[in-house]
Amino acid sequence: MSPTQWDFPVELCCRPMAFVTLTGLDVVFNAVHRAVWDAFCANRRADRVPISFKVLPGDHEYPKCRPKRTSYEWYIPKGILKTGWMNKHLNLVPALVVVFYELDWDEPQWKEKQSECATRVEIVRQSLQGRNTKVAVVLIQKKTPLPPGEDVIASERAAALCNACELSGKSLFVLPHTDHLVGYIIRLENAFYEHAQTYYYTEIRRVKSHKEFLNKTTHQLLFVRHQFKIAFFSELKQDTQNALKNYRTAYNLVHELRAHETNILEIKTMAGFINYKICRLCFQHNTPLDAIAQFRKHIDFCKKKIGSAELSFEHAAWMSKQFQAFGDLFDEAIKLGLTAIQTQNPGFYYQQAAYYAQERKQLAKTLCNHEASVMYPNPDPLETQTGVLDFYGQRSWRQGILSFDLSDPEKEKVGILAIQLKERNVVHSEMIITLLSNAVAQFKKYKCPRMKSHLMVQMGEEYYYAKDYTKALKLLDYVMCDYRSEGWWTLLTSILTTALKCSYLMAQLKDYITYSLELLGRASTLKDDQKSRIEKNLINVLMNESPDPEPDCDVLAVKTAQKLWADRISLAGSNIFTIGVQDFVPFVQCKAKFHAPSFHVDVPIQFDIYLKADCPHPIRFSKLCVSFNNQEYNQFCVIEEASKASEVLENLTQGKMCLVPGKTRKLLFKFVAKTEDVGKKIEITSVDLALGNEMGRCVVLNWQGGGGDAASSQEALQAARSFKRRPKLPDNEVHWDSIIIQASTMIISRVPNISVHLRHEPPALTNEMYCLVVTVQSHEKTQIRDVKLTAGLKPGQDANLTQKTHVTLHGTELCDESYPALLTDIPVGDLHPGEQLEKMLYVRCGTVGSRMFLVYVSYLINTTVEEKEIVCKCHKDETVTIETVFPFDVAVKFVSTKFEHLERVYADIPFLLMTDVLSASPWALTIVSSELQLAPSMSTVDQLESQVENVVLQTGESASECFCLRCPSLGNVEGGVATGHYIISWKRTSAMENIPTISTVITLPHVIVETIPLHVNADLPSFGRVRESLPVKYHLQNKTDLVQDVEISVEPSDAFMFSGLKQIRLPAQAFYTYQYFCQATGSTHG
Amino acid sequence: MAVCVAVIAKENYPLYIRSTPTENELKFHYMVHTSLDVVDEKISAMGKALVDQRELYLGLLYPTEDYKVYGYVTNSKVKFVMVVDSSNTALRDNEIRSMFRKLHNSYTDVMCNPFYNPGDRIQSRAFDNMVTSMMIQVC
Repeated sequence: MSPTQWDFPVELCCRPMAFVTLTGLDVVFNAVHRAVWDAFCANRRADRVPISFKVLPGDHEYPKCRPKRTSYEWYIPKGILKTGWMNKHLNLVPALVVVFYELDWDEPQWKEKQSECATRVEIVRQSLQGRNTKVAVVLIQKKTPLPPGEDVIASERAAALCNACELSGKSLFVLPHTDHLVGYIIRLENAFYEHAQTYYYTEIRRVKSHKEFLNKTTHQLLFVRHQFKIAFFSELKQDTQNALKNYRTAYNLVHELRAHETNILEIKTMAGFINYKICRLCFQHNTPLDAIAQFRKHIDFCKKKIGSAELSFEHAAWMSKQFQAFGDLFDEAIKLGLTAIQTQNPGFYYQQAAYYAQERKQLAKTLCNHEASVMYPNPDPLETQTGVLDFYGQRSWRQGILSFDLSDPEKEKVGILAIQLKERNVVHSEMIITLLSNAVAQFKKYKCPRMKSHLMVQMGEEYYYAKDYTKALKLLDYVMCDYRSEGWWTLLTSILTTALKCSYLMAQLKDYITYSLELLGRASTLKDDQKSRIEKNLINVLMNESPDPEPDCDVLAVKTAQKLWADRISLAGSNIFTIGVQDFVPFVQCKAKFHAPSFHVDVPIQFDIYLKADCPHPIRFSKLCVSFNNQEYNQFCVIEEASKASEVLENLTQGKMCLVPGKTRKLLFKFVAKTEDVGKKIEITSVDLALGNEMGRCVVLNWQGGGGDAASSQEALQAARSFKRRPKLPDNEVHWDSIIIQASTMIISRVPNISVHLRHEPPALTNEMYCLVVTVQSHEKTQIRDVKLTAGLKPGQDANLTQKTHVTLHGTELCDESYPALLTDIPVGDLHPGEQLEKMLYVRCGTVGSRMFLVYVSYLINTTVEEKEIVCKCHKDETVTIETVFPFDVAVKFVSTKFEHLERVYADIPFLLMTDVLSASPWALTIVSSELQLAPSMSTVDQLESQVENVVLQTGESASECFCLRCPSLGNVEGGVATGHYIISWKRTSAMENIPTISTVITLPHVIVETIPLHVNADLPSFGRVRESLPVKYHLQNKTDLVQDVEISVEPSDAFMFSGLKQIRLPAQAFYTYQYFCQATGSTHG
Repeated sequence: MAVCVAVIAKENYPLYIRSTPTENELKFHYMVHTSLDVVDEKISAMGKALVDQRELYLGLLYPTEDYKVYGYVTNSKVKFVMVVDSSNTALRDNEIRSMFRKLHNSYTDVMCNPFYNPGDRIQSRAFDNMVTSMMIQVC
């Protein structure tokens, strides 16, 4: 028995194609024949008819046909299907034999040739005696044939030839050897295909005809056999629908057979074959669900048909093969375009196949554990005379025996023993791994990462059993992180346990240590006794000794491993292993915590390292070092405890570095920050904890940042969510969960001990030199040096403010655009303790609104921290918001000389311009002077000197001025005529002498000037006396350049008596003034 | 009768897992873990469905030769997985559904316990008893 006895035979798995043999072709020496043969067999693509061709000599002996049975009455079949049958019909018995013969129609020696051809046909017929195989003749001709019917000789000779060869006209073909060979060949083979189909059709009919002779008692096997044959012939005929139907019938018939321990293997074998064919055809017909249903049915039927208990591994092997074959079929169908889904893909079948392969291994292990002294039986009961079995699925030592009783129990025993001994040599692991890796490939495709991991674990375990520890470790290590990241600790522990065994057996130090560390950790679900054992081993390894072997390891492998470990020891030099813990869950936890999120530079920085061990026994570490982003601090944060390697477990209660399981250990570190680091962040980049001695072996656990491993972030989250009250602990102990990692801190400057005061009188007035008095007083105990002042507009405000704000130290001159908005680093010297200094700043704000001003004082001071002299730079800043307002509101109006409000002024007629300055400042203002600058179009009537010089305005007071002006006629000006500017020079009343005055320029409004034709001016005395005459003078002025006719009428009031002309009419000359006099005498009434 | 009952956190780590003591515990752990592949896929497939229309019962996740694995997911993405013996044909979809509902109710009770911290392993005795009853009782 070969190890592949469970594989399906090739003839079962191939696609059956009609078998046609070609004779009379000399493909070796004859170029024409060679070309013909090549045309037949080359380029057989899917569009060509499915025929398998074979070239045979004309006198080839075909398998003999057994004489036909006339009655089945006495016939008892010996098995279901002969092993040679399928091959016979695929490759030995042709459906059609084609005789090639070179013969042209105009052959001169026609008679001779014709009879030779007939002889050849006859020889073939002889060989095929009793078979229904068709014979056809192909004449290879040199000349292109004429169209049918035109060549009279041809049709005559063709008929004669048919007659001589006893052929029907349909079986004679002509193959002109011309350019279009391939075309002719394709036509030929289509004709062959038809013949072949007819042949298989008759074969099916023939097999069917046997049926009526069969009876159900003795011929049960034949029912299956015949049904199978019909189905197979249908397949050869390419009638897959009928083939499927017949295979299904055959399948049902197989299960109707009486099963017994002796024939169960045969039944299962045949059932497996037929099931394979059905599934294959279902996939081919694109009905995958039918295939799956059939397969399920098949498995359910056969699952329990184990057969002989002593050979139960055979059943497992058979089951495994069924699943594997189905997986292959499924996969093949997918390659041809079928779509599979996550829950129904070939992977499941491969996985199940692997599962049965594992079961086979288990069974073989228990059933085939014969002692070495048991010899393989001689003669070999598994040998047969022919080397092969007659029927599929039978036992070689009792072929063809149908009885359910064992005629020869002794022979049976020997046979079973032989099978068992053979099974012992099978390399099961290899098969299992192949199947598993097939499954892995499938599950990867169908988005099943966890299934994939699981299978990889199984693969790893199988490699472990197969003693390929390197591969095992590689696989296990690969998937470990998946289980770790998802927190499946039970599974992780199981994987780690296997991995630890592998690393032990290979004496892989670093792996061994890593796995031990994790198995001792809190993620491990191992019992304490196991943990103790592992811890002890770990300590041994660190002390440069061999660990004890892991339990349940192969004895031989342990022996090898012990030697390897011994070698490792002799090689031991400096063995330092650094293990990064962020990817796993070690048995020591670490958390670093700065006492504060920031430290002043003049106080020492303090932080705690918390350590907690989860292993069962106390453990002592040799060294702890902390690394920072600024490596200069590293030297200050090292704890080292000199101890001998042997003391790792001793002196337990003493020493800082000894961790008691479950107890949190706090280690305080303190160092002084460098003054250069002010404003920077100090970060713990890693914590290294060394276990073991550098003389022996040393493991350095490396935590990135402030501690934490693969599981701690989830734990921290849970702890944060929890509102459980934790039991009270003694003062110096803390709950592990309540410690929050703080891996960085800021260095900030020393707290300044000076006071900064600002004195000023808000609000600021637009454009004034606003005075800001800064007072700095030192409260330090020693002298402060290098005091510097930065003052001005606080950066980061509206950019326009920067343009409109100017700062200077000198208030005596007005500052302009060139002055900056912020004065930086003005040195102001040193200050003794208690000393005070004052600095005046002047700010000029060009626009109203609020501004933030910054006053920043920095200085240096010497101080001592932890007996270390350092120079600290301190600073204090003060911000103030100052509002800027207009100092006053100026109102301007135009009135007539009679102080009547004017909407517009009249050309050449004098009018008054009145200004009204209303103080808006909360502080008293002094108007130093005022000035009216007239526009060229305006002219003054009298002097323009200021009337408000040196007037002091309190809040809310106003100062008014009045100017008499005249505007000549200018014609019609759009928007009015510019009047000029009004300039006020002013300063705060409180301001010192040397402070410059500020000139505020107010643009006067435009005025509309109107030209009038006639101007009447009355000249009235300011008072009159009763009963005395009152002269009234009217000036009439014609402003036009034309003579106007004027009619004047005077209507005095009742209070006056009137003399003079009451009504006159006169022509008024252009630009001429008339004086008109009249006298009135008034009387009073009461 | 269930042979294994598991409650899986939103982050896919086990909150509770119990299997028949007679059989290999590890096997069921793996089975439940691998079933999460299908659960994930089903959840992402129905991700777009409206929350109130969402069916919590996920149905049969995947069949193995010997067991059937069923799934259920709560609105807060906590998953329940139940493994049932394949040979137990008495258990129909409806029974499984009602078992899950019972499990969900019991889980809700656990969550309502003010002393239970969501995300911790479930150690409630009441929940345990309910699971025990589910694993013994033949529906």
